[in-house]
Amino acid sequence: MLWSVILLSLQVSGLALFFAAFIGVPFGAWLALTRFRGRSIILAVLYTFMGLPPVVVGLMVYLLLSQTGPFAQLQWLFTTNAMVMAQAVISTPIVAGTVMAAVSGVEPDLRRQLLSLGATPLRAMWDVVFEARFGVLLALVAGFGRNISEVGAVMLVGGNIEGFTRVLTTAIVLETRQGKFDLAVSLGLVLLGLSFLVNGLLLILQTRTNGIWRAV
Amino acid sequence: MSDPIIYRLHDIAKSYRGRSAPAVLVPGVMEIRRGEICVIVGPSGAGKSTLLRILGMIEPPTTGWLMFDNQRYDANTQPALSYRRRVVYLFQRPLLLSQSVYDNVNYGLRVRGIKDEQNRVQRAIAQVGLQHLTHANTRTLSGGEAQRVALARALVIEPDILLLDEPTANLDPANVEVIERVIRERNQQQGMTIVLVTHNLFQARRLAQQVGLMLDGKLIEYARASAFFESPVDPRTSAFIRGDMIF
Repeated sequence: MLWSVILLSLQVSGLALFFAAFIGVPFGAWLALTRFRGRSIILAVLYTFMGLPPVVVGLMVYLLLSQTGPFAQLQWLFTTNAMVMAQAVISTPIVAGTVMAAVSGVEPDLRRQLLSLGATPLRAMWDVVFEARFGVLLALVAGFGRNISEVGAVMLVGGNIEGFTRVLTTAIVLETRQGKFDLAVSLGLVLLGLSFLVNGLLLILQTRTNGIWRAV
Repeated sequence: MSDPIIYRLHDIAKSYRGRSAPAVLVPGVMEIRRGEICVIVGPSGAGKSTLLRILGMIEPPTTGWLMFDNQRYDANTQPALSYRRRVVYLFQRPLLLSQSVYDNVNYGLRVRGIKDEQNRVQRAIAQVGLQHLTHANTRTLSGGEAQRVALARALVIEPDILLLDEPTANLDPANVEVIERVIRERNQQQGMTIVLVTHNLFQARRLAQQVGLMLDGKLIEYARASAFFESPVDPRTSAFIRGDMIF
């Protein structure tokens, strides 16, 4: 039971992160590298969405997928698809905002220099984002951390169905309610371990990159 | 036979929002000859870099137009990639990628889809005297080394025009010597047109065939180097050459 819960947690959060990265990385980079009328409004909305209460997202996704909602025919409610959707909505602004901050930190004239060296605008944008790769990686880790630790939205749209939509966080809630504190604490430690693993991986990557810099 | 004039500037002005006077004003026609070293001198804030960015098609002029090899470029024209790729503008700071020296120098070839040109890249690195740092990450370089890598990165492309914005500012004499030598070599051996901006009159004397003086955003004198230094027309040019405080 434990392994299936862990695997499902990783699967749902990983897939949600994939969609969040697919939208959030280019969107964040675009916001960092362009100036246009109304940009500050988009930024204000993005910052607001970075702090979206998960339970509110859960409610929105629930209403969209419920029998009376516009996407009822998908029949995703109380499935892992709904959980992925909710987590992707929660983590996309976090990924986009963090990527924007990272790319904004790159020397502003670098893109113009790369264009002058013959890069196409898309290629120059890609190379500037690559220059901010550690920040982008950090954005992905932050997004994954938000996904894996999220409980309110997945509880609402997934329903915490055993063997089907039960993930680590919803299992902890259930076991606590049932008074099985030993199991709840164990599951909590597994969750902490996963977070530690992801952050450790980031640290290794960072150290390895620094190591390369020091070695030359 | 190709036109000996590669750049023709017609009444160029560049204004920025919030500034009443234009940042750059080049009244009348200014011409730059193919294969020569043209140096624009003037104090800091005179508009030299802005003029260079217009020549590099990085910023369009607000009014007026530029003819680059008989192609018109103005506020409403986007330069074609094929034209843009014939000109390389080097910013004052090296602006290198956090990769190896080799990867940085190879950048212009890579984005053009030119592969397997290791010798060409190595030659460019050797020309600036950094062959011992070929595989070093650019984060480990000194300011002078980084500037030389930036120059090699531009030279490897072999552009028709090389635009250099204060390429030796804040560098020690040894690095200045290397950069000036490379500029002269490329100009003499390949006929590369080079436009260089500096506030260093001595450097202008050492390199220039044609010299322009900018003051307060305006090109006030533009002449052959000998005429510019020996018989300037504008009294402000004479004062600038003498080292008087004219700004």
